[in-house]
Amino acid sequence: MAAGTFAEKGADLELVGITKTFPGFTAIRSLDLFIPAGSFFALLGPSGCGKTTTLRLVAGLEEPTAGRIVIGGRDVTSTKSFQRPVNTVFQSYALFPHMSVLENVAFGLRRRGIAAPLDKAHEALRLVELDHLAARRPGQLSGGQQQRVALARAVVNRPALLLLDEPLGALDLKLRRQMQLELKDIQTEVGLTFLHVTHDQEEAMTMADTIAVMNKGEIEQMGAPEELYELPRTAFVANFLGQSNLFTGEVVGSTPDALTVAVGGQRLVIPSQRAPRRTGTVTVGVRPEKLLLLTSEPDAGSVTASGTNTLGPGRVIDVSFSGVSTQYTISVPGVGDVIVFAQNMVFGPVVHVGAEVWVSWNVEHGFGLEDSPEEAAAGAAEAAAAAGADGDVATSALTTVRG
Amino acid sequence: MLLLPGILYLLLFFITPLISLVFTSFQQPVINGDIGQYSAGFQWQNYTDSVMQYLPLILRAFGYALLATVLALVVSYPLAYFIGVKVRGYPLVQSLLLTLVIAPFFISFLLRTLAWKQIMSDEGPLVVGLKALSLFPNDGHITGTPFAVIFGLTYNFIPFMTLPLYAVLERMDVRYIEAGNDLYASPFTTFRTITVPLSMPGIVSGTLLTFIPAAGDYINASGDFLGSAQTSMVGNAIESNFLVTQNYPVAAALSIVLMAVILIIVGFYVRRAGTEDLV
Ligand SMILES: Nc1ncnc2c1ncn2[C@@H]1O[C@H](COP(=O)(O)OP(=O)(O)OP(=O)(O)O)[C@@H](O)[C@H]1O
Ligand SMILES: [Mg+2]
Repeated sequence: MAAGTFAEKGADLELVGITKTFPGFTAIRSLDLFIPAGSFFALLGPSGCGKTTTLRLVAGLEEPTAGRIVIGGRDVTSTKSFQRPVNTVFQSYALFPHMSVLENVAFGLRRRGIAAPLDKAHEALRLVELDHLAARRPGQLSGGQQQRVALARAVVNRPALLLLDEPLGALDLKLRRQMQLELKDIQTEVGLTFLHVTHDQEEAMTMADTIAVMNKGEIEQMGAPEELYELPRTAFVANFLGQSNLFTGEVVGSTPDALTVAVGGQRLVIPSQRAPRRTGTVTVGVRPEKLLLLTSEPDAGSVTASGTNTLGPGRVIDVSFSGVSTQYTISVPGVGDVIVFAQNMVFGPVVHVGAEVWVSWNVEHGFGLEDSPEEAAAGAAEAAAAAGADGDVATSALTTVRG
Repeated sequence: MLLLPGILYLLLFFITPLISLVFTSFQQPVINGDIGQYSAGFQWQNYTDSVMQYLPLILRAFGYALLATVLALVVSYPLAYFIGVKVRGYPLVQSLLLTLVIAPFFISFLLRTLAWKQIMSDEGPLVVGLKALSLFPNDGHITGTPFAVIFGLTYNFIPFMTLPLYAVLERMDVRYIEAGNDLYASPFTTFRTITVPLSMPGIVSGTLLTFIPAAGDYINASGDFLGSAQTSMVGNAIESNFLVTQNYPVAAALSIVLMAVILIIVGFYVRRAGTEDLV
């Protein structure tokens, strides 16, 4: 890259068959990935799935065991970290403890001989609202302030490819929203390429053009946020990104338009083009906020005619209020527990624990999984474990996503 | 109350001998007395005389000590970096290498220095070998030259340099180095702007632990070991005044001058190195 100037535009990133093996442990398994120049790409996945390792490989801090890394059309697999047109916001910040905040931010500019490094560093610090602390040492800052310095230190370089490893994790909601806007501005202004690792699903969905969900060193599914949310292909994605009701049953009828699946003695219909597996035992699902709670049995005849699926009767076994919406858990005999998110249009819950209810949803909202039933069960369990480990972040995202 | 044992210890083992040394340095010879007989007095001349007489030795001592310190640093830093950072993942290799660094301590300082005298003596393998290869003049020596003395000082104090450097480098977070690389700093620039400043506490203690004893050393420069009359350092002068000519006041005055100069140098050095800025 030319010394003394900023990148004029983003560079695309291509990973070809990347594998990374640590002694006795494979962290990344033959990963293929293409991120077009100027896009905002989010990498989402449970702790330990290999997100940081992927970024380190791209930054050149780790050598792949196999595969190639191409940035802006140039194979950089064997180039050293300092020669790559890449900057990283490290998960651990890694601010230089012996330099002032200002010198930390100016470090990369100085190395590349960019004019007026201190002015630009001040400007970057103003962006993260820390210019008044420019003279301090990193050790004298709070965790969230350090994280913003780390952000400024990377962003100030306007690299063709910016790697962000949970860059906003330590910030409160308001500041996080503000930084998200700033980041998006910087990214679109120059058309830089961002590879963003986050635990915050809402952040990923609002900011990214493309999201990849990673699990155990592999990408499970990749696509636009809406596509990923509305049409998850594996049980892991269905339950890691938001939450889903999944039902497993035999295919009992199939037309070019629709697939009928028998689940616990009841019949569910899903559109054929939303079902990758069309024979044998399949797993189908629907998002909890797509469900409607009914307190009386719907007219059986109208079910197929009006294009809705119905399950019931079941019993409400749990009601939990979460502000915008209320989550009802309904136990349907032969089917299992079904979760419904209902907007709080009235004060208080619509039904109480013990009530007999039916649930229904538009056939168009159902989806089928690529997973075999065994894979689906395993994937759902993994996603549940990951969501449990992530704690409130996952839950809060879950309840606010597309209410 | 808890400080009491420490204070008593200092009083007993540091302050008392120091006071006695100061008294001795002002003593005057007993008129018509034996050699080595002195009485209490206030002879300022002891200081001026000894400094005038031994100034070249004082300067040489600090010059040699400085060179030895720089050489020890140049040798020890890569060594400590290798043990502390490069083989961090292999604790067994680390302990083995550390043991090798300390191993010379298991042999007496005198014996080690004598062994080097043997190796570098005119009949020793080094000189004979060099002469056989015509790389060395026929009438050349190694022992008795400044080279041998500085070599001996460097060699003998290297563990004092390596261990503090190792202690700092071993704890250094390599993520700072990675961050440097990520921000376009070449390995050399990263070393200069990140590794060295972060290891400053180790550099300061290592150089002090080498420089101070090296400046007062009288074994390496002694004619019995690696030196000669031409390489005498102030330590040798103190030794011969104390033990040979029994001129205790001059020896005591020289000791105090040596101590004072070291204190001044160390004070300036520590301030310059700015240890208070380091985390
Ligand atoms: N140097 C290493 N040696 C051995 N295993 C490693 C090493 N670095 C990472 N791993 C392992 O590789 C896996 C992926 O680690 P990575 O740091 O990429 O996870 P992550 O997805 O960033 O997780 P988190 O969300 O918690 O930051 C983990 O199981 C980790 O234990
Ligand atoms: Mg990580």
